[in-house]
Amino acid sequence: MEKRIAIAAPDRIAVARYGGLTVDAWRWIGTLALIAVAAALPFTLSKYHVFELTMVMIYAIAVLGLNILTGYNGQISLGHGGFFAAGAYTAAILMHRYGVPYWATIPPAGLICFVLGVLFGLPALRFEGPYLALVTVAMALATPQLLKYFDTWTGGQQGINLAKPVPAFGLDRDHWLYLLILVVLLVAIRVAANILHGRTGRALVAIRDHPIAAAAMGIDTARYKTLAFGTSTMFTGIAGALSAIVIGYVSPESYSLFLSISFLVGSAVGGIATIGGAIVGGFFIQFVPNLANDISDAAPWAIYGLAMLLFMYLMPHGVVGSLGPWFARLAQQIRPPGAAVGKSADEYKRWEA
Amino acid sequence: MHELLQQVFSGLAAGSIYASVALALVMIYRSTDLVNFAQGEMAMFSTYIAWTLVNAGLPFWVAFVATLVISFIGGMVIERVVIRPVENAPVLAAVVVTIGLLLIFNSLAGWIYTYTVQDFPSPFPDRPLLGALITTRDLGVIGVTLAMLVLLFVFFRFTSTGLAMRAAAQNPVSARLCGIRVGRMLAIGWGLAAAIGATAGIMVAPVLFLDPNMMGGVLLYAFASALLGGITSPVGAVVGGLIVGVTENLVGTYLIASQLKLTVALALIILVLVFRPNGLFGTGIVRRV
Repeated sequence: MEKRIAIAAPDRIAVARYGGLTVDAWRWIGTLALIAVAAALPFTLSKYHVFELTMVMIYAIAVLGLNILTGYNGQISLGHGGFFAAGAYTAAILMHRYGVPYWATIPPAGLICFVLGVLFGLPALRFEGPYLALVTVAMALATPQLLKYFDTWTGGQQGINLAKPVPAFGLDRDHWLYLLILVVLLVAIRVAANILHGRTGRALVAIRDHPIAAAAMGIDTARYKTLAFGTSTMFTGIAGALSAIVIGYVSPESYSLFLSISFLVGSAVGGIATIGGAIVGGFFIQFVPNLANDISDAAPWAIYGLAMLLFMYLMPHGVVGSLGPWFARLAQQIRPPGAAVGKSADEYKRWEA
Repeated sequence: MHELLQQVFSGLAAGSIYASVALALVMIYRSTDLVNFAQGEMAMFSTYIAWTLVNAGLPFWVAFVATLVISFIGGMVIERVVIRPVENAPVLAAVVVTIGLLLIFNSLAGWIYTYTVQDFPSPFPDRPLLGALITTRDLGVIGVTLAMLVLLFVFFRFTSTGLAMRAAAQNPVSARLCGIRVGRMLAIGWGLAAAIGATAGIMVAPVLFLDPNMMGGVLLYAFASALLGGITSPVGAVVGGLIVGVTENLVGTYLIASQLKLTVALALIILVLVFRPNGLFGTGIVRRV
């Protein structure tokens, strides 16, 4: 067996070349080019647009967290706004009460939300499907109330005003925050990809698709589900901390049920079981309410709701989830005829050899 | 003791509202396997329709019946037009669609009727009864809910449409093979749920006053009720609603300040699910491997 694979291997490397470079190399070039464009973008835009894009990235990190939980592990959460709030308030309280520098509040916010997520994930093991959705809705509804109730810490109804962060490297504050959050987003995407594209990711998907079969194969479902919850809320909590730093203000009413709904909608519109979908989701959360407002002053949320319905009718698997396979087919078709050997053909060859 | 009993009775009145909304949720969950997040907003919108009719000069009970009919038809149309396309889509798509409906109804109500809080007439006079243990209004609310329950029971138990609906919910494939129009039954289920929700909205509006966000808290307590009773059991929804209503009132009076009202519901939901995941009357989901 081993010998056969060894025969096929060099052959496979030889076919997967385009213009002298391997697919992997092209992918790296494309990714680096995209990052370069993203990094250069703020210097060509107005202050307000830079702020908007910064918020897009923050929402993308939060949605990415939700995708890990809902998309890959199948646990529907309508309460991630609560964890976003927990992250934001952790950062705000650390900065305001203890004078911690803003950048140092991000790791503790992530850690606290991880612990909260695991604690919430433990009882959530017993809730399936709609039950979990209902519990998390209740959590999202209760969040503003709890924030107001513990007013010695949270500043109650008034919230907490934060000092503006001092930019580094002599950059403009908005540009600096944009770049900082771009780096956090890239790290988050990399971490998520490492978790999801390996053994852990396969375990999470197996639990989502067939929990009993997954358990029978030796996957510790309880452990993976709670860890998925913790990791997911950690991402969202970090996003919350970043939002507190960028906006410079936290108040209970910013973390209503609607925020949690937005995350789930962003996730569903982008494509729940994808990583790139999180970015599409971030754009949806940031821009569609404004667009809806432009279309109808009187009933913007009705337009927003209609947009949600339309997306779900036309692309039930989300933008990336629906267009991804289409692009893959397209890529298959534009291959130069000489190199047109797909992965499956490769495997077929192995069998023949 | 007197005060305690008073709180129990007013809890029962609130509980029968929760029970009605929970019943509507259970109807939809049983027929289409969906949690309808828009249930509260649909009820709120129906209540606005009733308000319009009453303001147009119709007698209260005529307006009430007319609203139920309109809501029933509206619910059927929603199932056919909005829910149908995601019947076989991923669960999350369906969840997003009902949340979209929630936003649409809330926004439309705000647009048509504004966000100003409106008075809503009560059909029952507010007079104390039995040495101030209960008011006639509370008694009326409980009475209407019970009457609705009896009607539903009779409908499901003794009419052929009711039987067909139960069959369609239990085993859609076999039901279809027997010649039952399963799609139509699902639509009727949504229609009934909308009408039940409308009743709850009209009963609660004189107490909470009418505005587009009226049903938010009620919906949460209805979720808690449905879960406590077991989300597959109509009887459970009613019993759960009454228990939740009384508990909420007692906890609010004797234990915890009312600012944490929603948090109490959250704690209640989590406790129920941890100790009795299928609720009091629900049946566990048995899966074939």
